[in-house]
Amino acid sequence: MPDRRKPPQSKYTADRQIPGAFEGETVTRRRFMTLTAHGAGAVAATAFTLPALGFAAGSAIFDRPEVRWQAVGAPEDFPADTYVPKVITEVSGIGDVGKTTVYMRARNEEVDGAYPEGIPGTADFIAMSTRCMHLGCPVRYVEASARFICPCHGGVYDFKGAVSGGPPVRPLDRFYVRLRNGQVEVGPRYSVNSEFTRFPSYRDPGQDLDGIGQYLYPGRFSTPKLD
Amino acid sequence: MKLPKLPAPPLPGVLQPRPPRPGEREKVGPIEQAKEGGIAAVDWVDERTSLSGGLRWAMFRKVPKGTNWFYTLGSATMFAFLSQATTGVFLAMYYDPSATNAYESTRHLTNEVFLGEFVRGMHRWGSTVMVILIFLHMGRTFFFGAYKYPRELNWIIGAVLLILTMAMSFTGYLLPFDQRSYWATIVGVNINGTGPMVGPFLSDFLRGGAEFGATTLSRFYAIHMLLIPGAIAALIGAHLYLVAKLGTTAPPWLKADTSDVVDEDRV
Repeated sequence: MPDRRKPPQSKYTADRQIPGAFEGETVTRRRFMTLTAHGAGAVAATAFTLPALGFAAGSAIFDRPEVRWQAVGAPEDFPADTYVPKVITEVSGIGDVGKTTVYMRARNEEVDGAYPEGIPGTADFIAMSTRCMHLGCPVRYVEASARFICPCHGGVYDFKGAVSGGPPVRPLDRFYVRLRNGQVEVGPRYSVNSEFTRFPSYRDPGQDLDGIGQYLYPGRFSTPKLD
Repeated sequence: MKLPKLPAPPLPGVLQPRPPRPGEREKVGPIEQAKEGGIAAVDWVDERTSLSGGLRWAMFRKVPKGTNWFYTLGSATMFAFLSQATTGVFLAMYYDPSATNAYESTRHLTNEVFLGEFVRGMHRWGSTVMVILIFLHMGRTFFFGAYKYPRELNWIIGAVLLILTMAMSFTGYLLPFDQRSYWATIVGVNINGTGPMVGPFLSDFLRGGAEFGATTLSRFYAIHMLLIPGAIAALIGAHLYLVAKLGTTAPPWLKADTSDVVDEDRV
């Protein structure tokens, strides 16, 4: 096959026999105008596209909401051998949609093991999230079997919140708890992996936190942060 | 074979059109006038745009022998989209995309607005029809081998259109804002979040934060009624342009006629 490529041209316009070429000129005025016009168009398009994209994504990804504590009852309301459902508001301003059930109980030495160190105020009470760690449906606590059961795809969790069956990838999320003015207060959510290691920036359901999962699903900027 | 034309039924003399008297001009009836007016208006536009050439190029194409009803699935899909677009625009006149009012406004437009149940039903069931038609159209293209050279790009555009339609189904599902749509969206966004590294941030982008919040619904609404429909309309345009440009394929069971003998009937 014959080589149909043209021999490379000189970069100087004068060498290329272009009318009106100047000595040492590499870009013709016509080409310069073309590039300038296209460049101006690109700048103009970028000038409205980038702010619009930032507007759509910036707040959503980078705004960190405030830490809120909500009183749910007196310490003696919560037994150690079963859960008491309480309703808290996770997102305000959207009515019932922003509310969620939290299962509360007192700390149970037999189940929860030795008293943990270094966890701010979460030790005496357990506030279990109802968000299934498969895909986020609401689990309910079934007293008779001492299990949390998800209606969507059959996820089952034991009394401690660890997965005992079905598709969930990690134990149920929990909430920070503290005692203030004789009231038990529920704070931000946190996630745990199967060893019950705490992940303060909670992860969405379906995100495995064991092994490589904790690196594949990094913490986000949009979760409330305890000091 | 050409069939003989039936003779016109005999009319009594009074009803028969009277030919003009000698020296009298032929009368122009209102129908002829309207026709003339219409032609003049179309001519006026065509003289200034030359649209008719493009329309003729796009609509009066040569189609291969053996073209059959399966070739109408693409048009059917397009009309499903047009139906969705039309009903969607009018549903937007009554719908309120706020977390506190969405369900109530949907209930109101369904139960109380005249023809509301019908128009919402068209949109709700039409979405399913559109997805089914897309898959049938895709299956036709696949089994007829119509995705092969030089039509690969049209297959790619079609695949993007399929994905965009799925995104429409996903974002539209939330809008009635009942229990089913709420939990389906929770589940859908969480599935999206399981993508490694970017998944969690993409979920935040979709929800407008770490939790399903005040702006999630309006975000889905904007994506559902502005962003994706625009992209779909533009890509349908490109898809149709390529169909007109490249032509359609003959069904695979038709063999190419390779004989050199000229067939009198087909010349």
